[in-house]
Amino acid sequence: MSTTTHDTAAVHDDHHHGAPKGIMRWLLTTNHKDIGSLYLWFSFIMFLTGGAMAMVIRAELFQPGLQLVEPNFFNQMTTVHGLIMVFGAVMPAFTGLANWLIPMMIGAPDMALPRMNNWSFWILPFAFTMLIGSLFMEGGGPNFGWTFYAPLSTTYSPDTTALFVFSVHIMGISSIMGAINVIVTIVNMRAPGMTWMKLPLFVWTWLITAFLLIAVMPVLAGAVTMVLTDKYFGTSFFDAAGGGDPVMFQHIFWFFGHPEVYIMILPSFGIISAIIPAFSRKKLFGYSSMVYATASIAILSFLVWAHHMFTTGMPVFAELFFMYCTMLIAVPTGVKVFNWVATMWRGSMTFETPMLFALAFIILFTIGGFSGLMLAITPADFQYHDTYFVVAHFHYVLVTGAVFSIMAAAYYWLPKWTGHMYSETLGKWHFWCSVISVNVLFFPMHFLGLAGMPRRIPDYAIQFADINQIVSIGGFAFGLSQLIFLAVVLKCIKGGEKAPDKPWEGAEGLEWTIASPAPYHSFTTPPEVK
Amino acid sequence: MTTKHEAYYVPAQSAWPIIGAIGLFLIAFGAGNYVQQLSTEESYGGYILITGIAVILFMVFGWFKTVIDESMAGLYSAQMDRSFRQGMSWFIFSEIMFFGAFFGALFYARMVAVPWLGGASNNAMTHEVLWPAFEAIWPLVTTPDGTKTEAMPWTGLPLINTILLLTSSVTLHFAHTSLEKAKRTPLKIWLTLTILLGIAFLVLQVEEYSHAYHEMGLTLESGIYGNTFFLLTGFHGMHVTLGTVFLIVLLLRVLKGHFTTDKHFAFQAGSWYWHFVDVVWLCLFVFVYVL
Repeated sequence: MSTTTHDTAAVHDDHHHGAPKGIMRWLLTTNHKDIGSLYLWFSFIMFLTGGAMAMVIRAELFQPGLQLVEPNFFNQMTTVHGLIMVFGAVMPAFTGLANWLIPMMIGAPDMALPRMNNWSFWILPFAFTMLIGSLFMEGGGPNFGWTFYAPLSTTYSPDTTALFVFSVHIMGISSIMGAINVIVTIVNMRAPGMTWMKLPLFVWTWLITAFLLIAVMPVLAGAVTMVLTDKYFGTSFFDAAGGGDPVMFQHIFWFFGHPEVYIMILPSFGIISAIIPAFSRKKLFGYSSMVYATASIAILSFLVWAHHMFTTGMPVFAELFFMYCTMLIAVPTGVKVFNWVATMWRGSMTFETPMLFALAFIILFTIGGFSGLMLAITPADFQYHDTYFVVAHFHYVLVTGAVFSIMAAAYYWLPKWTGHMYSETLGKWHFWCSVISVNVLFFPMHFLGLAGMPRRIPDYAIQFADINQIVSIGGFAFGLSQLIFLAVVLKCIKGGEKAPDKPWEGAEGLEWTIASPAPYHSFTTPPEVK
Repeated sequence: MTTKHEAYYVPAQSAWPIIGAIGLFLIAFGAGNYVQQLSTEESYGGYILITGIAVILFMVFGWFKTVIDESMAGLYSAQMDRSFRQGMSWFIFSEIMFFGAFFGALFYARMVAVPWLGGASNNAMTHEVLWPAFEAIWPLVTTPDGTKTEAMPWTGLPLINTILLLTSSVTLHFAHTSLEKAKRTPLKIWLTLTILLGIAFLVLQVEEYSHAYHEMGLTLESGIYGNTFFLLTGFHGMHVTLGTVFLIVLLLRVLKGHFTTDKHFAFQAGSWYWHFVDVVWLCLFVFVYVL
């Protein structure tokens, strides 16, 4: 390493040059903006990969009966689609946004631990190569659902399960290191005067998300480790014959899994809380209540895991406890939705693409929230459990929730990242195509579920055929619509109208005080925050 | 305040992270294949795994050398030191949650899974239909399918190990206070003593495992009691090993004259880690052995 012995002057010198050139820039980078871009591009590639798998699923379900793929391959598609979208698309996208934005928003020169930052990112391509690679190996890839319930993942799983286990292990290491970096950056690197209650909400929500990540990713590591030893080393954690219990798997998994779903939505709340005020030209309504609501959601998220298991077998008292705790989450979430709406009240609103996505987020995420409330009602869940109603619910919160907020964020900050304005026409095309097709895709799934169509099955009864065709058409349209987004981003990087430092009239925050595109090193001298 | 920020050291490009990513990949891919090949003739997975471990060791060595050199060159500010400390604290928190998963499994098995199999709560029919002869007791020395084993008593080796590890926490604390008072000779003695206690613990644990496997019939396959016993003590043992290596590195650095009374993050981190491993053992001793 030539960098080991350089003196202070050399380091200083290095900082005032721009980015290094070539592939080595990306492999060796310690720059938060480079790493942010890497995360975002990786996430987009995974989004398309996982999306392609969803297309396979929707193609198979276009008609009743089996036509395109073997049931076992169908199971692998649903499993790997879920794993990729959760761990490969949504989480890295948020980490990418955190990398790009948090140092700029708090006036820091970079992330607190820049080399570890690079390590966190570069683990991911390897982890997903391994996971996706296992699909092509003898016996096939994971086919037990992204939730890998025992004994599907132990007694009945393919030989390659060990590769799944270890890829989840290294993804977890990556997430934990990324989260540690975010927390330390926020706690330790704020510019003078950037007090806690002046932090942009995106920073607040990420701080809490990072805490959740550090708390639950190790639990996931424990769960996959027990699956590994049960399958390959003769333990019986999840096998009643040895005194274990398959239900125990679900408890451990969902202790991770429920906070995980908030990991995928809290940063969205932060993004929406930046965009709605900007295009309403008003301050965010109820800033401090937003902070407390986020914290409440995070705390409650540790107390609701068993609402995923109402039909698995639990004492009635436990079912009631988890039902009421789950419903309680509606209160802080309601506070947020109320505050966003109140922010828009009597604002001078305009409807650029980021705002359109943010508005769609509020409406459609709320629909997903309401179906979540329906699912929280224990006796009702006995009917909805494992039907397409559940699929509709979590796609509303994850696609029109998390993914839409990521799209909104991309449009909102693209001028800052690239120095060019994106094409508003193409952006609006992307939005309208997406928002229409996504509802054609997911809304009818509610009806399928209520009528009793089970999830994760490659075939269905004939009476579900019409709605499934509509859903599939919506799916293909939504998938294709995302190519418009790719075009917008590429076009915006290549050129376009020059973006001013602050392209949005009502935008607030330190990131708009620096040039567009943001210089390679911003805030080497911290700004004074009044 | 401003000057402090200006001094924050943002390292230049570095190859160590990507080497680390490759190393982790080789470990994961190698371990994955190795485990799959346990029941077959093939064994290339093991070689990939060993290569990965070698790459990671190379990375750890080089990366830490870089960091130590930077630190000795005075590139790190007090703020940087805080970043390291906070990072280490959160890392330890993640470790606590990792052990939490296994303690959770232990508690669930003891309080819920095993009693239910024995007919507790409203599970009388479960008991009747599945294994009517099964008796729900803890430690579970006879599993529902009839595998028999023996319970590890808390007296003897485990008790000695508890004393060893608790003592080592105290000696490490003395080493730390000696460092803070710039008393280098007591520092070296206390630190060496801590390392010796750590190694003694590990030797006795190997002894205990061998006793369990060969004389008591308590193995990884002995049902939920053996599972929780070996996974908890095994992961703890791995952490003691790592902690001991950590302390040995610290000792070598102390002998080279590193660390000052107010700047010794690595020492602090090693000491935190060691105390954490100690606390985990205390929980283990209470919940796995005694109760």
